[in-house]
Amino acid sequence: MLTLLSICFIAALSAPLVHRLCPKYTGALLVGAPLAMFVWLLKRIPEVAHGHPVTESFQWVEKLDLELAFRLDGLSLLFALLISGIGSLIILYTQGYFKGDPQQGRFMMYIIAFMASMLGVVLADHLLLVFIFWELTSFTSYLLIGFNHENPAARTAALQAMLVTVLGGLFLMAGIILLAGAAGTWRLSEIIQRGDVLLAHKNYLPILILVCIGAFTKSAQFPFHFWLPNAMQAPTPASAYLHSSTMVKAGVYLLARLHPALGNSEEWTLILTTIGTITFLLGAIMALGQHVLKRLLAYTTVSALGAMIMLLGIGTAYTIKAVATFILAHAFYKAALFLIAGGITHETGGETSVDKLGGLRKAMPVSFACAMLAGLSMGGFPPFFGFVAKETWLQAVEAYPLLIVATVIGGAAYVLVGFAVGFKPFLGKMPEGLHAHEIPLSMRFGPAALGLGCFVLAFFTGKIGHDLVQPAATAIAAKEVEVHLHLWAGFNKAFVTSLITLATGIGIYFARSFLLAAAARLRVLVKFGPDAAYQFLLDGTLKFAAWHTRVLQTGILRDYIRVTVLTMVVLVGVALVRAGGFQRWENLSPISIRIAMVAVLMISATFATVHSKSRLRSILSMGVVGFCMAILFTFFGAPDLAMTQLVIETLTVILLALAFYHLPAFSHGSKKRTRATDIIIASSVGITITLLVLAALHVHTPTPVSDFYLDHSYKDAHGRNVVNVILVDFRALDTLGEITVLAIAALGAYALMKLKPKKGEGGE
Amino acid sequence: MTSIILRTSTRYMFPPLIVFSVYLLLRGHHFPGGGFVGGLFAGSAFALYALSFSVADARRALRLDPRDITAVGLAIALLSGIPPLFSNHAFLTGTWWEVPLPLGGVLDVGTPLIFDIGVYFVVLGVLLTVVFALGEEK
Repeated sequence: MLTLLSICFIAALSAPLVHRLCPKYTGALLVGAPLAMFVWLLKRIPEVAHGHPVTESFQWVEKLDLELAFRLDGLSLLFALLISGIGSLIILYTQGYFKGDPQQGRFMMYIIAFMASMLGVVLADHLLLVFIFWELTSFTSYLLIGFNHENPAARTAALQAMLVTVLGGLFLMAGIILLAGAAGTWRLSEIIQRGDVLLAHKNYLPILILVCIGAFTKSAQFPFHFWLPNAMQAPTPASAYLHSSTMVKAGVYLLARLHPALGNSEEWTLILTTIGTITFLLGAIMALGQHVLKRLLAYTTVSALGAMIMLLGIGTAYTIKAVATFILAHAFYKAALFLIAGGITHETGGETSVDKLGGLRKAMPVSFACAMLAGLSMGGFPPFFGFVAKETWLQAVEAYPLLIVATVIGGAAYVLVGFAVGFKPFLGKMPEGLHAHEIPLSMRFGPAALGLGCFVLAFFTGKIGHDLVQPAATAIAAKEVEVHLHLWAGFNKAFVTSLITLATGIGIYFARSFLLAAAARLRVLVKFGPDAAYQFLLDGTLKFAAWHTRVLQTGILRDYIRVTVLTMVVLVGVALVRAGGFQRWENLSPISIRIAMVAVLMISATFATVHSKSRLRSILSMGVVGFCMAILFTFFGAPDLAMTQLVIETLTVILLALAFYHLPAFSHGSKKRTRATDIIIASSVGITITLLVLAALHVHTPTPVSDFYLDHSYKDAHGRNVVNVILVDFRALDTLGEITVLAIAALGAYALMKLKPKKGEGGE
Repeated sequence: MTSIILRTSTRYMFPPLIVFSVYLLLRGHHFPGGGFVGGLFAGSAFALYALSFSVADARRALRLDPRDITAVGLAIALLSGIPPLFSNHAFLTGTWWEVPLPLGGVLDVGTPLIFDIGVYFVVLGVLLTVVFALGEEK
């Protein structure tokens, strides 16, 4: 698995190069990587279906207990097949979609990198590994949504998706850490066996909520659903792949995966069913008022994700079976419809609105055939796989009358959207001025394979049920689940409900103009939606940042110094008071006359510095303070420090003298009040530092670290000068960091002095 | 600053100052000194040169751009951390070799010394980058 995954990542990295070398066959060459994965996965079906997961593990970071652990069980297999299979079709489609576009290589790189990350999410067996791949999918999604980076709407949408999913990712990370702590292991396969331990754990509820927030943001659940329709700014192959069939299902995957560990509680059912049902209905209802092809599909995706969460929340064997079936059905019809929508827009010169399209059946017969198959599957018409999924689903919620009603409403909306995307653009009269061609060959594979799949799968329900759905459902439920899918399950309650749904759907399809008008009137409500809340929070954060930059970063040196030293005084002062460190002033060594003399000299020099009328004199007096300091160092046996202090003082005087050239004439411009506050600040700094030094004298560690250095300096480090040995050997890494900082500071100073803005560019 | 006295004395002071800075650098491991103070010494020698003649003269005497010296110093310090990696020690662990001298006796040569040479050049480069820039600006 690791090998195949690495191949996918390598394919991603090499995509721009491949595109440059042979632009005509980029897709055909790169499709090898996901195809290899797909074939390998197909071969694993019998093994996994018999309940033998494939595992693989490599040591990565031993000290963090981090392993590259992978595990392929029924659930992973279902997802991985969809990801690699649809991924292969998308790559071929991209070839045609971006034909002749120099950016194709970049797009291929992003989308293959995404595919590899997504495969990582579903195959990883280590929680941290899952999280790393999870974040990688958010990141690649950001790059893909913002692919047309010259379009401000795309940039905004990319940022929004990124912020929402990454914020959720942070919650998820906290949840994962708590989860691993509670379960005592990072391995997913072990965690899911400790459901009873976790249920009884005191952190159960926080874990559940944190993980749910992570999953809900990723899978666009209410109230985080708003980013997904906005993400339709991405090029269509990305929308079809990430934002319908794969990435947005990562949240569903995670919750399904953790179902054995965190499910089986009232809280689980309550949170998941409530949020899932709200999202399901909200998405379906909001889809009714859309007329842009991709947005119609996006809202039904939100709705479908809600349905999956809802079914997972109930958590019976029936609903779990329904989730697994629905994931499969949804991936097929939704990806197909997206690809066709992209094809229509691509071949009609950028038309996106359903209501401005019509009569394309003659110009685009292949697309029409595929669209029809997928649209009917989406609506849940027999004999399509969507119908099978809808039946299983209705059987699963049979015991919940409210959910049946919800399903009928949602299902009707799916019928409408299925018609609106699958039939509307192709039937009727072609509006004037609309020109269209059939999509090129490379773009036909995807819609054709997926559209036919919607139809063909329905006739292999038994095999699909046994080989794919049953292992997946077994993995979600963590116990043997029998799955027998039927195209025709008999004339039962579910079938009747299904018929009612279809009739309602067809009914509202013909009332669509009325619905659109109603939606236009309700658009005012958007002002109070979560999208607006997001905007408010984002603007607020930026305003706060601007405000506090204005206050703290005045651009005046003395203000910076004030803020810095006062912060230090407060922090050190509070710590000192709390530690009570300045109560014992005994045990101080007596002050000798020579030290007293130096001290007096220093103090007088300080006064001279402050009171001097000339700048040069000030600096020279300050130099006197520094030289006295050096003398004190020699008194106390620190020749290294004394020497350094001497050179530094000399250089300071030289530097300041040089800086004089550039300063305006010296004047005592500061007012009395400023000087008064300066005195207070300066003396508080002095007092704090003095107290700190005195307090430090009384800190005794059992064995001072200096003993270690003295003992080992010559023995281990061949050096008698302990100070130097510490700098270049024991703490060499610190020194390396310091000299790096020094070098960067010098470059910064150089830039400030040398690179002045040209006239008219602002700044002083 | 075109004092003839300063110029003449600088001419005589400059070489001993540089030699002394190297001396400080090399003795640092056993006696007071080291790369930091050595670099400062060398830097002040060049600063003195720049004060008594001109920054342009000092740059000519230095031959290299001080920013390049900084970079070279950083690279030396960084590379000195590599050898211990080959003997399975952590990055920057002190590694020593005993080099026999032609006239008998051995010389201890270690990566800390190389590291200190890197520090010397970084300090010299940083100092002169700032001093020259300040001195040149009109």
